[in-house]
Amino acid sequence: MDAGLALSTVIAAMLGGAIRVTTPFLFVALGEMLTERSGRINLGLEGTLVLGAMTAYAFSYATGSPWIGVLAAGCFGFLMGTLHATICRLPGVNDIAVGIALMLFGTGIAFFFGKPYIQPTAPRLPSISLGAWTGDPRFEQALQINPLFLIGIALAIFLAWALKNTRMGLVLRVTGDSEAAARALGHPVMLIRLLATAVGGFFAGVGGAFLSLYYPGSWNEGLSSGQGLMAVALVIFARWDPIRCLYAALLFGAAGALGPALQSIGVTQGYYFFNAAPYILTLFLMIGSAGSKRALRDAPGELSLTR
Amino acid sequence: MTDIARSASAASQSVFDSDWMIRVRRGSEALAIPIAALLVSALLFSIFLLALGKSPAQFYQLIWLGGFGTGFSWSNTLLRAAPVMLTALAVAIPARLGLTMIGGEGALVLGGFTAAAIAIPMIGGGAPIVMHVLMFAGALAVGAAWVGIAGALRQFRGVNETISTLLLSYIAIAIMNFFVEGALRDPADPNKPSTKALESVEMIGKLPGIDVHWGLVFAIVACVAVYVLMFRTTFGFACKIAGGNARAALAQGLPVGRLVIVATLIAGACAGMAGYFEIAAVHGKANASLASGYGFTGILVAFLARQHPLAIMPVAILFGGIAAAGGIIQRRMGLPDATVLLLQGLTFVVLLASETFYGRLTLFNPKARTDRT
Repeated sequence: MDAGLALSTVIAAMLGGAIRVTTPFLFVALGEMLTERSGRINLGLEGTLVLGAMTAYAFSYATGSPWIGVLAAGCFGFLMGTLHATICRLPGVNDIAVGIALMLFGTGIAFFFGKPYIQPTAPRLPSISLGAWTGDPRFEQALQINPLFLIGIALAIFLAWALKNTRMGLVLRVTGDSEAAARALGHPVMLIRLLATAVGGFFAGVGGAFLSLYYPGSWNEGLSSGQGLMAVALVIFARWDPIRCLYAALLFGAAGALGPALQSIGVTQGYYFFNAAPYILTLFLMIGSAGSKRALRDAPGELSLTR
Repeated sequence: MTDIARSASAASQSVFDSDWMIRVRRGSEALAIPIAALLVSALLFSIFLLALGKSPAQFYQLIWLGGFGTGFSWSNTLLRAAPVMLTALAVAIPARLGLTMIGGEGALVLGGFTAAAIAIPMIGGGAPIVMHVLMFAGALAVGAAWVGIAGALRQFRGVNETISTLLLSYIAIAIMNFFVEGALRDPADPNKPSTKALESVEMIGKLPGIDVHWGLVFAIVACVAVYVLMFRTTFGFACKIAGGNARAALAQGLPVGRLVIVATLIAGACAGMAGYFEIAAVHGKANASLASGYGFTGILVAFLARQHPLAIMPVAILFGGIAAAGGIIQRRMGLPDATVLLLQGLTFVVLLASETFYGRLTLFNPKARTDRT
């Protein structure tokens, strides 16, 4: 295979891979961003993601409609978020520790009830072809876009607008920046955080649905490999801004697609190393962004993460 | 509330209550609340089993039988408890400094892998003692470095230690897989990709009279040593102050940065030691089964033990027993292998919710009502 062809194959595979791999990152990151803007951190979204993947697959299999699966995943994510917020509102409870516990709990439920769904095939989400104009089958395949990806982009834009321009967005930001100010203004702080965490859980559940219903497109216990966790780091890197979450998710998606893309042209050496690329990237981004003054300035004031 | 604030409020109570009475009350509080949390999660899990049409009585009977009922099950339990004690220490030591570090799994995997890699050129070389000393030192050093990185990043770059330790765990597993499936794969091994196995005579032997390896003794010694270090030395006291209020500790002239680094190095070395024994006494070679979740069970055990090194021992044995009973529960009751994981997750959630009761129950804090506004 000559070098030019190999390169364009890798680029096509990375583009397609990035679009596919980005979606779960994007949904979890938007959910985490919403939760953290209310002043709380939910590390349990990894568990929510796995649970969402399992419920989406199970409901899609049982009802024959993948969209019902997506909705069910969101609802279970909503419940997990509600549980997190309910425990965290008790005085003296550490939100980071609760997140770790819910990571274990969500994974436990998903594995426990997911056993019967490892074998059967559930109807998967459809995709939209946007690549016909390229006339290159590799790019056509890469541009098979899932509607959830487009919904995610629309959601990021909507959240950016809503946080800036609506009353609800303002109330959320006040709660996240200063609990005392929110209380003084008469806002129900705990209720706002509950809603922000629950809706954040809903998004993470939908992100999980993408994993099992589109790419990789089946349910098994090794489905999520820390995407939920990386999304938490991604939110710090994106400095709590929905649009920057979108860019960061694309970057992570491209990093995640590197291993499979190289494999597609026969480079199998170092497969595990390239699979670890997103974790290494996350770590370096955190080293670069966590201590910086800019990140600290943009962080919600009530967040225990950056203290 | 921090420990310091707690002891401050305890001091204000001493006018009304004698000193040892407060100690007894605090001690029984630290014992009663986790036990109550355990019982509540057992109850919730029973309801869950009933809803599935399974018998809770049979479930707990099988845990007893599979974990503690016979000599065989005891050795199975202790075999699992030993690494969990060490990974729990890897959580408890940084917790004393106010750090939530959960990278035990990564340090165990990488420490174990290092031990296996060091052994490769020396297998069958006739100097098993030299080999084991080098393996042990390598595993501890790499484990220490792995958690120490997260400690340094936290101290000097402000990187959140919870997220970085978890990421480092994923990276550690990837590094092991990279070598085990590549450069260090033993071509003679017909099963899944592994490094070259130790010869069976070169493995660490069993303790006299019981079917458990020496790792258990090392784990118990480590728990006691960490207890002495963290509760009975100036180093431990300095750590506690730094964990309570880093700024106050700096004002006192305490080297907070150095304390964080040393504590995280010790924590990582504990997990690395667990990895060494998994290689030297259990598996004999490094492969994917090294990442079997001992690190994650250790997190739960450390929290349930209230981050106390001595309490870690019984709690680790309890969860070792539950894990040991997993197989028999699977076979006899037809429940999936994730049952143990689910029970652990549920216990963890209930336990953290129970943290809210510390300092609020009048039984243990006679003046609690008036203390709080």
